[in-house]
Amino acid sequence: MEAALIPNPSDTNATILLMGLRRSGKSSICKVVFHNMQPYDTLYLESTSKPTTEQFSSLIDLSVMELPGQLNYFEPNYDSERLFSSVGALVYVIDSQDEYLNAITNLLMIIDYAYKVNPNINIEVLIHKIDGLSEDYRIDAQRDIMQRTGDELLDLGVEGVELSFYLTSIFNHSIYEAFSRIVQKLIPELPSLENMLDNLVEHSSIDKVFLFDVNSKIYVATDSSPVDIQTYEVCAEFIDITIDLDDLYVENDKNKNEHGGVNSNNQSELKSISRLSNGSVLYLKQMIRGLALVALIRSDERKGINGTEEDINGVVETVEEINQDEASNQEKSLTIIDYNVSLFKESLMKIWKNSKLIHANQESSQRHLQQSHPSQE
Amino acid sequence: MSSSATSRKKLLLMGRSGSGKSSMRSIIFSNYSALDTRRLGATIDVELLHLRFLGNMTLNLWDCGGQTVFMDNYFTSQKDHIFKMVQVLIHVFDVESKLINKDIEIFIKSLTNLQQYLPGAKVFVLLHKMDLVQIDKRQELFQIMMEKLQKISNPYHFKLVGFPTSIWDESLYKAWSQIVCSLIPNINLFNNNLVKFNSILDAEEIILFEKTTFLVISSTASIQNQQKQIENGQADQQAQEELDPKRFEKISNIIKTYKQSITKLRTNFKNLIIRGSDGTNFYIDIITDNMFIMIVLKDKKDADNLIQQQHEELLILDNIKAARKWFEKIENNE
Repeated sequence: MEAALIPNPSDTNATILLMGLRRSGKSSICKVVFHNMQPYDTLYLESTSKPTTEQFSSLIDLSVMELPGQLNYFEPNYDSERLFSSVGALVYVIDSQDEYLNAITNLLMIIDYAYKVNPNINIEVLIHKIDGLSEDYRIDAQRDIMQRTGDELLDLGVEGVELSFYLTSIFNHSIYEAFSRIVQKLIPELPSLENMLDNLVEHSSIDKVFLFDVNSKIYVATDSSPVDIQTYEVCAEFIDITIDLDDLYVENDKNKNEHGGVNSNNQSELKSISRLSNGSVLYLKQMIRGLALVALIRSDERKGINGTEEDINGVVETVEEINQDEASNQEKSLTIIDYNVSLFKESLMKIWKNSKLIHANQESSQRHLQQSHPSQE
Repeated sequence: MSSSATSRKKLLLMGRSGSGKSSMRSIIFSNYSALDTRRLGATIDVELLHLRFLGNMTLNLWDCGGQTVFMDNYFTSQKDHIFKMVQVLIHVFDVESKLINKDIEIFIKSLTNLQQYLPGAKVFVLLHKMDLVQIDKRQELFQIMMEKLQKISNPYHFKLVGFPTSIWDESLYKAWSQIVCSLIPNINLFNNNLVKFNSILDAEEIILFEKTTFLVISSTASIQNQQKQIENGQADQQAQEELDPKRFEKISNIIKTYKQSITKLRTNFKNLIIRGSDGTNFYIDIITDNMFIMIVLKDKKDADNLIQQQHEELLILDNIKAARKWFEKIENNE
């Protein structure tokens, strides 16, 4: 059992450790985020008895290890030292609907220990199950928990620990948001990815762009404009819809291929475009390694890319003409976006290749990114 | 347009209290999600719902509260009022009901009344809450119930059409789409035009949806099935069906979820184009004021070229635009 607990040092997986007191909701988080389980079904989950590991390979390979709540990590036969030294992030789940003083004590003990073993560890605290708290009380709870942990840490004499706090619930998208942030901290290429996305946004009249992990709906990166939770939800659901519709007709094709075996190499990338009646466009394109780029393209193309053209002939136009112009403009701007996105994909592939080389050749401490600064046209 | 009375359809939604009648109509016609229906209270007396469907068809849905007090009223004092001019009776049975005999008793009562007022009415039976039955037992239970109910209704000369339904999956859409389709008068015209349109596009499949409810109105696959059945008598359509037989309901379900998710951005969606992972292309677009069309195309040649792909896309969209004219015509010249 112990062997299973310690991540194999040879694989380069960044490990996220999920800890917390029992019944704080760790397994539910795992099931909802990584297995697309309906939140209500998690009521029936049994208590976890063994550490379980979720592998998920996004841009980087991650494994999320969930530890049973009732374990005592400081029993001598438990090799917690090796465990803590190998993980990238420690996520501690606090049940906000329960009495959380015990949880804070437990958390402090873990921090104290983990930080000594591995000073590079990211410590993230999820103040969980906030769906049951009223709006005002949420803030209070968060402030209280932050205050207490801060004070206690000072008393313990542990300095320089950076804690991040998140208010989460599995019944809305806040858990995805929190996990997105946590995962993003582990991706060394993040700054350049964001840079590239910013470039893309700037040149393509895009409102907001996300780089999603398709299976878990965690976004690996987004552009630097603030994340509007509604846009995020729509984009995440757009992935589901695209994949569901695609699957309906693909499954049958797999059968055909087994019989005929003709066009198995005809796997083209998934792409979908949806126009909305307010003129915006939802755009999805499959990237590498289970990632998809989803963008919300804003409606004012007329002023955007083809603005000058419009001014020249824009004297008296019938409604139909305007509509036609709008449509053709939209086509043009989509073509440009298409082009830009494929450029982005190419550079994404390049970055990934380079990062692999770094991993292979150099020590992990030098995770310095080779800036390949792909220009975005 | 002359007969506004004939395009007005009266549907009775009956069943004992708690069988899920109001949940059903809220999901199909009022954009509720399955979870939202928990908030619905008991229906008091009759709740009337006027729905415009496909432009000039009006569905008057009479959602009849199922408590015994109301029920007794329906069959005695309000008899005239309730059963006059009924085109369709939709009777909902709760599969978990303990008092099956009582359920059937009420069913017989409504059949008797219906026969008096309009012998030609269509009767649909929905065995609801099927999700509470074990998966392997569902089919069996459904068949037993249907045989029983058919036997009961034989003396009244009604041919029953039954569906197993649940609000938690797509079976609800299947049932309602068939119920509503049975009311569309010029369905053959739609079918003919759809076949013609398909001969131009050479698509894998074309499906017509109603706009607000996203119920399936017609599809090339179902038309072909009908034709085959006419040719070969009772051909087993299940054997020829290569694709997922439940796909229509699933599509309805998916697109409706999408529509709802888009409302978060305070807008509606106009069209949706998906370039699938293995050469299947989907086009969902508005075809008339009241209908959406979905076209599924298979790539025949390797159109890897980006430009070529985009040209194809525009061509299809133009074709849809051209077809719009024809479908609008049918819709308006009833």
